[in-house]
Amino acid sequence: MADVSVAAEAAAIRSAASGPSGPKPRHALSRRNIFLYGTLLVVALYYLLPLYVMVVTSLKGMPEIRLGNIFSPPLEITFEPWVKAWSQACTGLNCDGLSRGFWNSVRITVPSVLLSIAIASVNGYALANWRFKGADTFFVILIVGAFIPYQVMIYPIVIILREIGIYGTLTGLVIVHSIFGMPILTLLFRNYFTSMPEELFRAARVDGAGFWGIYLRIMLPMSLPIFVVAIILQVTGIWNDFLFGVVYTRPDTYPMTVQLNNIVNSVQGVKEYNVNMAATILTGLVPLIVYFVSGKLFVRGIAAGAVKG
Amino acid sequence: MAAIADPSVSIQNLSLNFGSVSVLQTLNLDVAEGEFIVLLGPSGCGKSTLLNCIAGLLDISEGRIFIKGKNVTWEEPKDRGIGMVFQSYALYPQMTVEKNLSFGLRVAGVPKDEIAKRIARAAEILQIEPLLQRKPSALSGGQRQRVAIGRALVRDVDVFLFDEPLSNLDAKLRSELRVEIKLLHRKLENTMIYVTHDQIEAMTLADRIAVMRGGVIQQLDAPQTIYNRPVNRFVAGFLGSPAMNFINGHLEAGEAPVFKADGVSVPLGRYQFDNESGRAAKPCVFGIRPEHIEFGEAARAMPFTAESTVEIVDPMGSDTLVWTKLGGQIISFRVEADKTLRNGDAIRIGFDPARASLFDAETDNRL
Repeated sequence: MADVSVAAEAAAIRSAASGPSGPKPRHALSRRNIFLYGTLLVVALYYLLPLYVMVVTSLKGMPEIRLGNIFSPPLEITFEPWVKAWSQACTGLNCDGLSRGFWNSVRITVPSVLLSIAIASVNGYALANWRFKGADTFFVILIVGAFIPYQVMIYPIVIILREIGIYGTLTGLVIVHSIFGMPILTLLFRNYFTSMPEELFRAARVDGAGFWGIYLRIMLPMSLPIFVVAIILQVTGIWNDFLFGVVYTRPDTYPMTVQLNNIVNSVQGVKEYNVNMAATILTGLVPLIVYFVSGKLFVRGIAAGAVKG
Repeated sequence: MAAIADPSVSIQNLSLNFGSVSVLQTLNLDVAEGEFIVLLGPSGCGKSTLLNCIAGLLDISEGRIFIKGKNVTWEEPKDRGIGMVFQSYALYPQMTVEKNLSFGLRVAGVPKDEIAKRIARAAEILQIEPLLQRKPSALSGGQRQRVAIGRALVRDVDVFLFDEPLSNLDAKLRSELRVEIKLLHRKLENTMIYVTHDQIEAMTLADRIAVMRGGVIQQLDAPQTIYNRPVNRFVAGFLGSPAMNFINGHLEAGEAPVFKADGVSVPLGRYQFDNESGRAAKPCVFGIRPEHIEFGEAARAMPFTAESTVEIVDPMGSDTLVWTKLGGQIISFRVEADKTLRNGDAIRIGFDPARASLFDAETDNRL
């Protein structure tokens, strides 16, 4: 504080002598900064505290948890709950932990993400660059689809899948995820491709490239940011999905989220808080990693797609 | 307009509507083999639209387009024998210059050695050999536009289409590249259609200029004819910088017609009327270019002279623009930069009515 006031005094003397000159002096402890960083700090704590409790609890043994000090760090660190959550926790008849659900989720997420993005990017490209007849109507219908609550469509889809003969299979769920991802992803890609200079597309046409030629050789290589955005949206969305997972699969093909629910919400036996915490963190780990790895690209892609719509 | 025997590009009764908005109206244009045509007009006049129609990038509503005697109205852009250069260069950002140049050829499945040969030739003509391995982002604006021209060049086409290719460049580069395009045309002798809103580009490059407004070609002629004998007031005002002076008044008929405006009467004995009916008495607009007005001693020798006072002096470096009043209306004229004139100076100005243009005040057409 003393330094600041001395510096301010010096600045005041200087300015009195010759008027303001050079960069305007800034104070580290100005009211603005206190509000700004104070708010950020409070909000950060608010969001991080539950995570802290989860991590700490998952590393404690049950006797220690029963003491009730949920904020205190573990006296004796144990990884037993993590191992149990991953490979021993029981859901229904299976006692092989979350690992089964994890691999189910991988088998659901990977094909769903690839399929939905492949189709949506071509959709968006066609809507943005090849203004076919009825393109606007098609687009409006697609967007309206994004506003219809999922729950309305659950039962009809159950019947459709049953009639096709893929009800309860992973294939069925993959198709459902791809369809429900379509409106928002198509909108995303369409806006991105619309923001690209149209002359580029025209130049490619004069050069003789066709629908797929332009898409694969001109547009695709320029669209990395928006593909990253789409991948993040889809991976987190599909990984975190619970509703479709519980409706359209059977117990042995349940995704991780459903299995987590079954572990945490089981009413029999003792509540193993440490195992529940570990299982929850394990389930949330995949979207978390995706965010950390690609956060920068994500922000850039969102901005790039949002400039023009 | 004289019919061209074997046109390189022929546009017949072309119309284009976007919904209820008519952008081009039954437009006809014949471009001779090896001719350099400039489509000139203010923004929104349909000149770029016309070019896109010729390129096949826009579907037309009515009419036909022939290139090299072939009806290409329904052809894809690549099958029309055209190369196009865009204002924003439109280079593929992820490809090197070489790949940019060869993209069209690779799509068409041209053999590798042929591609290499054509790229070498284009690179030599445009002097971009050292840039071949660079990405467009590592090029300056002028270099990028050279590459864009090269991309049209390697395709070995009959007709080059330029869509405001120099508009994104700074003034110095623009004039450099303008000369290069002119040289390129002389070397290749291809038909070129060039869209611009810059009258200097139009005047310097064109064999013929088509001045457009509202989707209609107003005048199609050699640059000098358009400059000296504009068919209507729009063309007269659009070409020339500083712009032509217009004085409102009326025409008095008779053996020797006279233009009269508030205390000024200009004898039109030397003026060439477009047709005899133009001589009838009516309100009209008298147009004279600033560079055609003489001043001082030179003015005395002119068929028409008048006394006036200097209102404003605008020095422009190479010459000076002087604003004064004639017939109660503000006009400007050009004097050499070394003439020192001050506001309020009494001066004598004069001009030859033969170099003037007279327009009907109602229809704006040339009399």
